[in-house]
Amino acid sequence: MRSSLSQTSAHQPSSNAPLTDRYKRLATWLLFIFVLIACSIRTEVTPYQLVVGLPQMGSLLQEMFPPDWGYLPTIWGPMLETIQIAIMGTTIGGILAIPVALLCAYNIMPNRWISIPMRMILNLVRTIPDLLFAAVFVAIFGIGPFAGMLALVFFSFGIIAKLTFEAIEAIDPGPLEAMTAVGANRIQLIIFGVMPQALPYFVSYFLYTFEVNVRAASVLGLVGAGGIGLLLDRALGLFRYDRASIIILLTLAIVLMIDYGSAVIRRKLL
Amino acid sequence: MITFENVSKTYPNGTAGLRDVTLTIHEGELVVIVGSSGAGKSTLLRSINRLNDISAGEIKVNGKSVTRATSSELRRIRRDIGMIFQSFNLVKRSTVLRNVLSGRVGYHSTFKTMFGLFPKGDVELSLHALERVNIREKAYIRSDQLSGGQQQRVSIARALAQEARIILADEPVASLDPLTTRQVMDDLKRINQEMNITTIINLHFIDLAREYATRIIGLRAGEVVFDGTPAEATDQVFAEIYGRPIQKDELLGVGGVS
Repeated sequence: MRSSLSQTSAHQPSSNAPLTDRYKRLATWLLFIFVLIACSIRTEVTPYQLVVGLPQMGSLLQEMFPPDWGYLPTIWGPMLETIQIAIMGTTIGGILAIPVALLCAYNIMPNRWISIPMRMILNLVRTIPDLLFAAVFVAIFGIGPFAGMLALVFFSFGIIAKLTFEAIEAIDPGPLEAMTAVGANRIQLIIFGVMPQALPYFVSYFLYTFEVNVRAASVLGLVGAGGIGLLLDRALGLFRYDRASIIILLTLAIVLMIDYGSAVIRRKLL
Repeated sequence: MITFENVSKTYPNGTAGLRDVTLTIHEGELVVIVGSSGAGKSTLLRSINRLNDISAGEIKVNGKSVTRATSSELRRIRRDIGMIFQSFNLVKRSTVLRNVLSGRVGYHSTFKTMFGLFPKGDVELSLHALERVNIREKAYIRSDQLSGGQQQRVSIARALAQEARIILADEPVASLDPLTTRQVMDDLKRINQEMNITTIINLHFIDLAREYATRIIGLRAGEVVFDGTPAEATDQVFAEIYGRPIQKDELLGVGGVS
């Protein structure tokens, strides 16, 4: 190694490169480890707690089994409500996303005075987590599924509009040119040139967002926004871990089923 | 009738697309525009329906100025001009019939077309257009299931469904094999003769130009350097248009006698 260094030292600029590279790499690692330790100390999150907590995790798991199967009939209703919240939120959000996605796409809306502010609003909406939306809407509209549904409307709107406008920008421009040439106006161009090309992507993103929303809807209840989360919160509060476990198992089963179904449909679409 | 009056086009990067072009194209002509790539063939063709704007001069279609048209006037003018592209420009996921029907949108209100409410007559017109190019039986098939030659015929049918009086074809056979090239050119020629549709075609095959055109226009560096009958367009003339002797790849070379 050292001999190869002295050999290359004739080339002035590159001669020290391997050595400085190694220092840089070392410094990066040291910095990384330092930040990690500093964070751990400041927040008092240490491996020690994991070791102390482990036995408790065991006892918790023990309390979770056997799950309280008798509780199942009670949670069907709220589980259904959770799915309904997700369906409504995704649908309304998805519909609102269509015009906005069109206004954001540079190939459809060449006027940057419209498309850029639209994109900024979209980015803003997407920075806000769904639970925060839910908490805000609970404060405004009170506890219940309406707040949760509204939170998912905003959340779905952000994701679907963003993914769809990117898909629109990637469509084949040929048919748009052809539609311009036959004398179509802007809306006719969208209906005949853009829609048939972008629709499969839109539907795929819609289904994907629905999957995400079912998962999100099951924890919305933690902030009082309706659905199964409300019961989970209560079960945990009352230390009824046998009930919590049946809620978790049912949610898991439903989410897996919906994920599987939507994945199959999406694969066929694209 | 299409008239060019002192038309020039300079692209934003400074290249001249067209230089002081003055032309009159009469109804029913089949004009083939030739020239090496970059000579301005596409620019000339696309300025007729204002897919690109011109920098100076004026273009009129049947007496109406394309250059000065408002956007609604322009849509009205475009409705009567069919366009055929090298890459067909069909919506691949849509059926053949829907692609042909899309040529009708200029005749109807936005609201009606939004919900796909085409009158029965439009569907019949579109099917009839497909019949003219011999692919009536493909009407309900997805367009991407068709071969290149068939797709190009769909786009010809779209222009026919438009009831266009003028057809502009921008390198319509450049992505087709020699056999389908002939079929598509035959279709264009037949439509031109039977329906008296003014047809302007950009081509880079010299033998095709001579065989199908009633008039050949040669462009070099944005200028019209030849304008005459196919008989007048000798090899010598082509060599002048291209600024060099004719090369093999400029001849399609499949049975001019067939």
